[in-house]
Amino acid sequence: MAEATVKVFRGNKGGGQSVEFKVPVAPGMVVLDALHYIQGHLAPDLAVRWNCKAGKCGSCSAEVNGRPRLTCKTRMDALPQGEPITVMPLKAFPVIKDLVTDVSWNYKVNKKITPFTPKAGADWKFYQDDVDRVQEFRKCIECFLCQNVCHVLRDHDKYEQFGGPRLFVRVAGLEMHPMDGVSRTKVLKDGLGIGLCNITKCCTEVCPEDIHITDNAIIPLKERVVDQFYDPLVWIVRKIRGAAS
Amino acid sequence: MSERFETHEHDVLVIGAGGAGLRAAIEALGQGASVGVVSKSLLGKAHTVMAEGGIAAAMANVDSADGWKPHFRDTMRGGKLLNNWRMAQLHAQEAPERVKELEQWGALFDRTEDGRILQRAFGGHTFRRLCHVGDRTGLEMIRTLQDRGVYMGFDVYMECTIVRLLTDGGRCAGALAYWRETGRFVVFKAKSVVMATGGIGKAWPITSNSWEYTGDGMALAYEAGAELMDMEFVQFHPTGMVWPPGVQGILVTEAVRGEGGILRNKSGERFMERYDPKRMELSTRDVVARSIYTEVKEGRGTEHGGAYLDISHQPAEYVKKKLPSMYHQFKELADVDITKGPMEVGPTCHYMMGGIRVEAETAQSSLPGLFAAGEAAAGLHGANRLGGNSLSDLLVFGRRAGLAAAQHAKEVSAPNLDEGQISAGESEALSAFQRQGGENPYAVHRDLQKVMQSLVGIFRTGEDMQKALSELAKLKERAAHTSVEGSRMFNPGWHMAIELKSMLTVSEAVTRSALVRQESRGAHSRIDFPELSPEWGKKNNIVWHDGSAMGLRQETRPEMRAELKEILAEDQ
Ligand SMILES: Cc1cc2nc3c(=O)[nH]c(=O)nc-3n(C[C@H](O)[C@H](O)[C@H](O)COP(=O)(O)OP(=O)(O)OC[C@H]3O[C@@H](n4cnc5c(N)ncnc54)[C@H](O)[C@@H]3O)c2cc1C
Ligand code: SF4
Ligand code: SF4
Ligand code: FES
Repeated sequence: MAEATVKVFRGNKGGGQSVEFKVPVAPGMVVLDALHYIQGHLAPDLAVRWNCKAGKCGSCSAEVNGRPRLTCKTRMDALPQGEPITVMPLKAFPVIKDLVTDVSWNYKVNKKITPFTPKAGADWKFYQDDVDRVQEFRKCIECFLCQNVCHVLRDHDKYEQFGGPRLFVRVAGLEMHPMDGVSRTKVLKDGLGIGLCNITKCCTEVCPEDIHITDNAIIPLKERVVDQFYDPLVWIVRKIRGAAS
Repeated sequence: MSERFETHEHDVLVIGAGGAGLRAAIEALGQGASVGVVSKSLLGKAHTVMAEGGIAAAMANVDSADGWKPHFRDTMRGGKLLNNWRMAQLHAQEAPERVKELEQWGALFDRTEDGRILQRAFGGHTFRRLCHVGDRTGLEMIRTLQDRGVYMGFDVYMECTIVRLLTDGGRCAGALAYWRETGRFVVFKAKSVVMATGGIGKAWPITSNSWEYTGDGMALAYEAGAELMDMEFVQFHPTGMVWPPGVQGILVTEAVRGEGGILRNKSGERFMERYDPKRMELSTRDVVARSIYTEVKEGRGTEHGGAYLDISHQPAEYVKKKLPSMYHQFKELADVDITKGPMEVGPTCHYMMGGIRVEAETAQSSLPGLFAAGEAAAGLHGANRLGGNSLSDLLVFGRRAGLAAAQHAKEVSAPNLDEGQISAGESEALSAFQRQGGENPYAVHRDLQKVMQSLVGIFRTGEDMQKALSELAKLKERAAHTSVEGSRMFNPGWHMAIELKSMLTVSEAVTRSALVRQESRGAHSRIDFPELSPEWGKKNNIVWHDGSAMGLRQETRPEMRAELKEILAEDQ
């Protein structure tokens, strides 16, 4: 049976190093299968997160050959053959152990966002078109790969001021919800620092759910912020028009 | 309490952050209780997130003739009448309200032309009944509940595993857990505990279930003195992926068949015509799973030992819209474009109908102060669950459990914790570190899975299960002598050593219950007893912890109310 060399980060917040493992390769195998093989046969204490093994839960994120990926959806046969595969933890979050990082920050920031608040007197009749418009944002599986590549977090450490692409996607899913009745522009501007995003689109490139994070979530949200805080008249006119149409 | 432990106190402790646990927590919070929610994974990653097809609720948005009565009837018939009929009634009556509530908390479902929640067909449901969002219904549901709970203010203990329930003079008093990150212990003191830990699929190798499904909740409840029921009823979903090997068992949602998918064998024959000509592909899961299994066994299987499931006759755009995650799953993991050709599918261990025995109205177990809901609880689904009836179960009985748990917490005084139970739990959990040179817990797990797959699978015989019991005894012995490497920090090998015990307990309960039930009913098929037995139809198997051994007895089911009998007798 063919064999692959997999170099996996072993260590904790105090540091660590890549450790090489030889793993037998089966057809269609994904990187997570290789990690499971290592756990089951070579290093039972290898720390890895996973749940669904089908790209639905967003647990198994790591950097494979330097690219942020879901390991359960990264096929071994799609990686350069005959070369070692490196698997590293997400860089933007502190390592707990091996491939497991501390992503609790995301849950904390999420609390800043005003929850879904239905319009007063809503009759709950709305149409597939209304739903389709927001579906994209609600597909997010919270894999945090986008957070991991965003330079505002990864390189500039703006964890206090910035929410990151995942949280913008979440706000978009609420703001464009057909029955939602509140505005989150203030929290976008102040709490989540959307102005710090300079539209590099790195987040969009890595999203395993193909959410057009920058074009469909961030840019329209930025426009809302600009309209409200820098041109209130335009904003009011749009709101009224929007409500009338 | 000892300094060794971090201690948290709540009125209601909810174990499990899937749909059932979150819905229970929300209800208890609404009652003014202080609520803690514990989960082995991060918030939002529980099994519920993976649910695809939809939530069954007789809203009658698409088929106006639907109502709670047909839903009740379908559920009972699907469960081969072994269901707790009161639960089936409450479930059918309350599900629509629970779904509407979810919508008002922000969940977005696909719509009908006239702007209401759209419903799709599913196996065993007479009417189009499943409210859905494409094929990612569970994700929408769990996010909605998660956000609501967070804003209402429950305390979440993520990546924290409960290893023992604590009792105080015959009532549940809390739980002992460890943090996965550090391996340190933590004690929860609570007036009420809700068990919402899901199922047991990890005892089988081919399963749609994740690492979390090791039957912890059932095993912990059992050890603390609560009764389990209907443990012989394990659902094998007919359509799991069969190829490539790494994805074996991953679910192919029933929605594929709901949207018109057709099953064929290797010679192209639509074989469901021979097994259930009336309902065909939309027959109940037990029937379809056995049919595929039989086709393969008799040499009519596909290249990789499954059946073909084909949806490519539907327009490609429609398939991508209604089944987007299936489209991607096959494209990326199996190199198959489902809009152009068939998928290969075969049975996969999917769902546990049995579990903790509860009262219908309150979801209280036989241990005072311990409640259970969702897949961890038994009763609603009887011998076989209909697709979509789990998500609705989580909402209906999650809510009821949360309500009753909060009520109970108001009525009782704070329990006392027993230091002895805590230290015993701690030493037991750490024992694998104390042993040197023992076996790798993963090796024992692999062998357990082999035993359950080959001896306690879709088709069962008395002989096989006798053998399974003696194998399980040996595995228990081996599990007690595993050892683990490394430290207590995020150490999956150690976690596996602990979870093995739960898996062995539930596997034994499944096997013992299945062995005595000398008939075939729903998901339980005995080659040596192929017929339904009217006598067994009157009984439930009850499992309990009888000193050092596992107790098993049969209880006669309560007579169904006359008005429900009438509903059941009506033909549809
Ligand atoms: C792929 C797939 C698709 C499905 N599709 C559908 C569908 O379309 N419709 C439908 O009705 N049903 C479906 N089901 C079934 C349904 O999703 C599950 O039965 C249901 O989600 C279970 O919910 P739950 O709340 O009981 O448990 P879960 O959602 O599994 O949550 C269990 C929770 O308990 C926690 N836990 C477990 N043990 C411990 C412990 N020892 N300590 C602390 N926490 C613990 C876990 O961390 C988790 O948070 C599907 C199942 C699968 C696997
Ligand atoms: S587009 Fe904005 S949010 Fe996305 S990676 Fe670039 S800076 Fe970050
Ligand atoms: S937006 Fe995409 S990349 Fe970001 S967390 Fe969600 S699914 Fe992952
Ligand atoms: S394990 Fe769920 S996304 Fe990879």
